Amino acid sequence: MTTTKSKVVYSPVFTDGAEFRIPTFKLLKQDGSLYKSAKAPDLDKEKALRIYRAMVTTRILDERMLAAQRQGRLSFYMQCTGEEAAVIGSTAALDDSDMIMAQYREQGALAYRGFSIDEFMNQLFGNELDYGKGRQMPVHYGSKKLHYMTISSPLATQIPQATGYAYGQKMAGEGHCTITYFGEGAASEGDFHAALNMAAVHRVPVIFLCRNNGYAISTPAAEQFAADGVAPRAYGYKMDVIRVDGNDILAMYQATQEARKLAVEHNRPVLIEAMSYRLAAHSSSDDPSGYRSKDEEAVWREKDPILRMRLWLESLKWWSEDDEKQLQENMRREVLETMKRAQKRPPPALDTLVTDVYDDVPPHLAEQFEKVKAHIRKYPDEYPKSAEHAKGGA
Amino acid sequence: MSKMNMLQAINNALDTAMAENEKVLCFGEDVGVFGGVFRATSNLQQKYGKARCFNTPLVEQGIIGFANGLAAQGSVPVAEIQFADYIFPAFDQIVNESAKFRYRSGNLFDVGGLTIRAPYGGGIAGGLYHSQSPEAYFAHTPGLKIVVPRNPHQAKGLLLGAIHDPNPTLFFEPKRMYRASVGEVPDEDYRLPLGEAEVIKEGSDITLLGWGAQMEVIEKAVEMAEKEGISCEVIDLRTILPWDVETVANSVFKTGRLVVTHEAPLTGGFAGEIAATIQDRCFLYLESPIARVTGIDTPFPLVLEKEHLPNHLKVYEAIRASVDF
Repeated sequence: MTTTKSKVVYSPVFTDGAEFRIPTFKLLKQDGSLYKSAKAPDLDKEKALRIYRAMVTTRILDERMLAAQRQGRLSFYMQCTGEEAAVIGSTAALDDSDMIMAQYREQGALAYRGFSIDEFMNQLFGNELDYGKGRQMPVHYGSKKLHYMTISSPLATQIPQATGYAYGQKMAGEGHCTITYFGEGAASEGDFHAALNMAAVHRVPVIFLCRNNGYAISTPAAEQFAADGVAPRAYGYKMDVIRVDGNDILAMYQATQEARKLAVEHNRPVLIEAMSYRLAAHSSSDDPSGYRSKDEEAVWREKDPILRMRLWLESLKWWSEDDEKQLQENMRREVLETMKRAQKRPPPALDTLVTDVYDDVPPHLAEQFEKVKAHIRKYPDEYPKSAEHAKGGA
Repeated sequence: MSKMNMLQAINNALDTAMAENEKVLCFGEDVGVFGGVFRATSNLQQKYGKARCFNTPLVEQGIIGFANGLAAQGSVPVAEIQFADYIFPAFDQIVNESAKFRYRSGNLFDVGGLTIRAPYGGGIAGGLYHSQSPEAYFAHTPGLKIVVPRNPHQAKGLLLGAIHDPNPTLFFEPKRMYRASVGEVPDEDYRLPLGEAEVIKEGSDITLLGWGAQMEVIEKAVEMAEKEGISCEVIDLRTILPWDVETVANSVFKTGRLVVTHEAPLTGGFAGEIAATIQDRCFLYLESPIARVTGIDTPFPLVLEKEHLPNHLKVYEAIRASVDF
């Protein structure tokens, strides 16, 4: 038995789906004005400024931390530069208690939800206040109170998890949904396809947000897939889909607002393809000059999402040169001060070596830990930081 | 008490857990109205509805990814992988995600509610893709618990133990025993502890250690050995990870000899881990080398399955060789 209700033909007819063309949704021009027939979404001044501040915070944090990485103060960093509107515009359209399951380039979502600069720094430096207890590389943030699932390095694994998480939310009946972020490269992984199919079949309130930023490390989108972007895949799963100008904060906000309605009120999963560009390198270990031109980057620099939003805010008299100057100065100072503070904090206690593997430390781990401690006591000078904890009988 | 086979006991355990807590969900391939290819989930959809017991698309990585998310949300998923042989597409979600959720988030998030059920093992003419015992692959990954029951009573108690354990648990069911093993099972909720081996029979000359379907093989071999006056102590490990070193070591202190048997291939099999640990603990007490009786290092065969399997005769021979060393 098949559920396909298709017309019958009597000679072979092939199609590659090229007749389906998904439009791109835009509202805001680069000069801060709206397109002719566009109407701004319902976004009040307070929320608009919360979004803008999160965008600027993210940009400054990224600039400073990349510099810190270059100075050798930090082992690794990943920037969101160029994609701030795609991430923050979508997060802002959700309820603050909706779940976020991100990939690794979505610090903007955390900034919007109120993750403090201190909290960012504690994770980046893996000190004793890091929620992740210094176990993961920098930028693997997580926050239970802000409903932001701890980042995992393996690519795309969070996508089917988001489907499962959202299914649980649907069962709980509390009117919440989950958003999951990923790049167009991650959309090649099996986990992506598994997640969309399961979400569509089981009508799960989940929003899949693909940041199509042009490159998966050095692989350009044209070498990642043959189709017209990622969006058409939703057809195959019978899922609602929208393609949005990812550098347009208003379009991202409105599209996600509508997607949330479909998800929460109608249990329809939605795919959003945010067309953007990764202005920065993939990570601090990457050098884009090896695979793309300065000219190409310059074209996209002209489409800066933060500048575009700022011009819109200024056109409404919600933002001024002075406001900008003050925000920039305060934020730069805060980043530098908190960085110094975070760097000075001690590392996590030695017993975090064996805790949280299970809910409790099982006997074999306790035994192995005793051996580690005894060894450190024997060579205290070789393990300066840990030894202090070992001596304290951690 | 009711007389049940192992499938009925597993079904009864799921029924018990679902009745008690509405957050318990069962899903997997053909798990819904059909009750799973072995019928372990029979009648659960009729009883608890399609939202709590359902079919998934055929995508193991999706099933476990979905289950990880559900567990992180606070639900209690019991995901079925149709055959343990087909757990490998979900390997990444299990070893990189389930196993590390709590650790990597500093205990902000965990998937402790997760239980993954999968039928394992040979002896059913299933050939190389319906007979594997993959426990050793997962035993190398900290953060998981791995449980294997030997009979219906153990199956219900250990499965309820796994469902209620605050850690992600793999529950490998010996499918050869699904219908072959019948016994008395309490009707009410009872939970057997994870991480504890069970001394099934006390003895003084040699310790026999196994799990799951191998326990029946051990029993037959022990019967042969005891007729010859060899006193055997028999231990069901029950939990492969974390495993009960104390109980096994205490037994070997007493008997001075150990035979470990499992169906999976010899190289990298879990018997190797046990042998290394026990020789470390019990070196001066050992009367003979620790013996491993396992499948040979080939894929699981179809027609020559009997020759491949570590049966009671091979275990008996290992007992003899150990005692005569």
